[in-house]
Amino acid sequence: MTQTQSTPSDPYATTRDTTEGKVFTVTGQDWDSVVAGLADEPEERVVVNMGPQHPSTHGVLRLILELEGETVTEARCGIGYLHTGIEKNMEFRNWTQGVTFCTRMDYLSPFYNEAAYSLAVERLLGIEDQIPEKANVMRVLLMELNRISSHLVAIATGGMEIGALTVMTIGFREREMTLDVFELITGLRMNHAFIRPGGVAQDLPPGALDKIREYITWMNKHLPEYAELCNANPIFKARLQDVGYLDLTGCMALGITGPPLRSTGYAMDLRKTQPYCGYETYDFDVPTWDTADSYGRFRVRLQEMHESLKIVEQCADRLAEMEGEPVMVADKKIGWPSQLAVGTDGMGNSLDHIKHIMGESMEALIHHFKLVTEGFRVPAGQAYVAVESPRGELGCHLVSDGGTKPYRAHFRDPSFANLQAMPIMCEGGMVADVIVAVASLDPVMGGVDR
Amino acid sequence: MSDHQPENLPATSPAGDAQTPATEVVDQRQGMFGVRGTGDTSGFGGLRRQVALPGGTPKPYGSWFDGATDRLEGLVGDGAIEKVVVDRGELTLHVQRDRLVEVCRHLRDDEALRFEFCSGVSGVHYPNETGRELHAVYHLMSMTHNRRIRLEVSVPDADPHIPSVVSVYPANDWHERETWDFFGIVFDGHPALTRIQMPDDWPGHPQRKDYPLGGIDVEYKGAVIPPPDTRRSYN
Repeated sequence: MTQTQSTPSDPYATTRDTTEGKVFTVTGQDWDSVVAGLADEPEERVVVNMGPQHPSTHGVLRLILELEGETVTEARCGIGYLHTGIEKNMEFRNWTQGVTFCTRMDYLSPFYNEAAYSLAVERLLGIEDQIPEKANVMRVLLMELNRISSHLVAIATGGMEIGALTVMTIGFREREMTLDVFELITGLRMNHAFIRPGGVAQDLPPGALDKIREYITWMNKHLPEYAELCNANPIFKARLQDVGYLDLTGCMALGITGPPLRSTGYAMDLRKTQPYCGYETYDFDVPTWDTADSYGRFRVRLQEMHESLKIVEQCADRLAEMEGEPVMVADKKIGWPSQLAVGTDGMGNSLDHIKHIMGESMEALIHHFKLVTEGFRVPAGQAYVAVESPRGELGCHLVSDGGTKPYRAHFRDPSFANLQAMPIMCEGGMVADVIVAVASLDPVMGGVDR
Repeated sequence: MSDHQPENLPATSPAGDAQTPATEVVDQRQGMFGVRGTGDTSGFGGLRRQVALPGGTPKPYGSWFDGATDRLEGLVGDGAIEKVVVDRGELTLHVQRDRLVEVCRHLRDDEALRFEFCSGVSGVHYPNETGRELHAVYHLMSMTHNRRIRLEVSVPDADPHIPSVVSVYPANDWHERETWDFFGIVFDGHPALTRIQMPDDWPGHPQRKDYPLGGIDVEYKGAVIPPPDTRRSYN
């Protein structure tokens, strides 16, 4: 029943006609004919490839499901469709340029990738306690805004996949508000490369704090809508409760972190246990749930957004008193001179900075030139720094050989690790519950495949 | 020129300790601008710099490191831990590969250690460290005691076998597949050691240092920019 087109010139896509067993090419709305085709051999198992191009698998994730009727008897993941060699590429660029690569891994939480990488570089440089206070507050601000935008996508797409389209539309509405704040502060909606080794790229632009206050007001008004729409919604609960069950033992064995772990009742959060960027000075709670299912994960995410908003509010208060403070480490041999401004021909070095390096300070010109052409050297050694990303522990393992480029950069992405739990959560359940279970893990394939 | 100190190293000492830790030379870097054979007569092409990683640290290690390593050494006996490195506040244990699973089991099960969380394995390739070319680096965390530890296992390129720790840390299943895929380290005893990111029939292991980055020239307004690994750059 397969139709294959033979293109012998393409070495990467040789074709072959399946000779063993029956092959059904399912194109949609023809399930009856597939079932009818199996009628003469009712015992035979059906192996369904869901994805890699499927609207409800969160990107190019391929699920290989063995079905008996509508029950999943075995489930496996096929990944690698979005592998872009980011770790390898980073070995060929300098330490600062590395941020531009790793921000593209988990594209829904770019600031966490940047922060984990920057913190690891800073540990290698031994400048962890020299990072200016304002840079740390801005990092926390951006990361917590990012947690909100990432959880909004998790809830919105998760809702869309079970047919709750209003959850999707309001989720993306609020996410747009968050991205507007990102755009004002960093210039971009995603792939910011804003958090850099030594601090952040730019100071807050004029009007940013007003925008953040406006955002906080908006979110305080609209975040409760999610709870009103979903928390007690019988259809929503019927789809999510007791689906994708994974208890604490399973989470520990499989190295699952983030909302799935916290939905088992264990308040494990690196922001509390191993604080970085000054998280120990903020007032927030770690929400947990006790059902260890998809509904629990939804409630944990929802509550975490409120907690993040609390932190954003505290950051805004602190930033209001920090006007004009430095945002990059004082060491001129490390601090990247990115004083940018928008001119008539687009974004470029600010005229003040040009005036400073060309007319006022020979040393500033030398530092600018050395850093931009060569970059800084990082003493040889290795470091592992982990941050609590919206999906769990995001770790960055960096090895330096004393040069201007990373010798090796490796990221322990929480999506990658958490996706290993897909089979244990789905086997024995219904096909329709696979979607819910995968959505409750919230994998982002950019991070899984890197 | 081995004592050459680049002037753009940070002003402060990264170690922060009074005693300078011993170092271990793993490689030598040549020249200044990456590419070879360009007829560079500036003299920078003749630069030789040693790549020296932090070496073994003598006792006491400080903090909780002493208690934990003593406890582990008491459980696994002599010979399992080759070297202990304390650098930048992180504890690294270099483990003999035959004893890795045993070490992991004790690290996980002993109540004074209780490293119940393994955040995966990553490979590092040192092509010029003869007999120890491939390193597998494991990062463990104890949620009970709120500690982190790093295990490092090195194997020769000619015999790239390391026992799998999936029986102790099931979380390492995909991570070991990834390290096999990118570095060619064979994890013996892994339930299904197949490629995970690259296609099944991919030749070579892409993140090894001898595997080229690839890429093509990019032409823009008449100028041709070569791909980054053949570009003139600082090294």
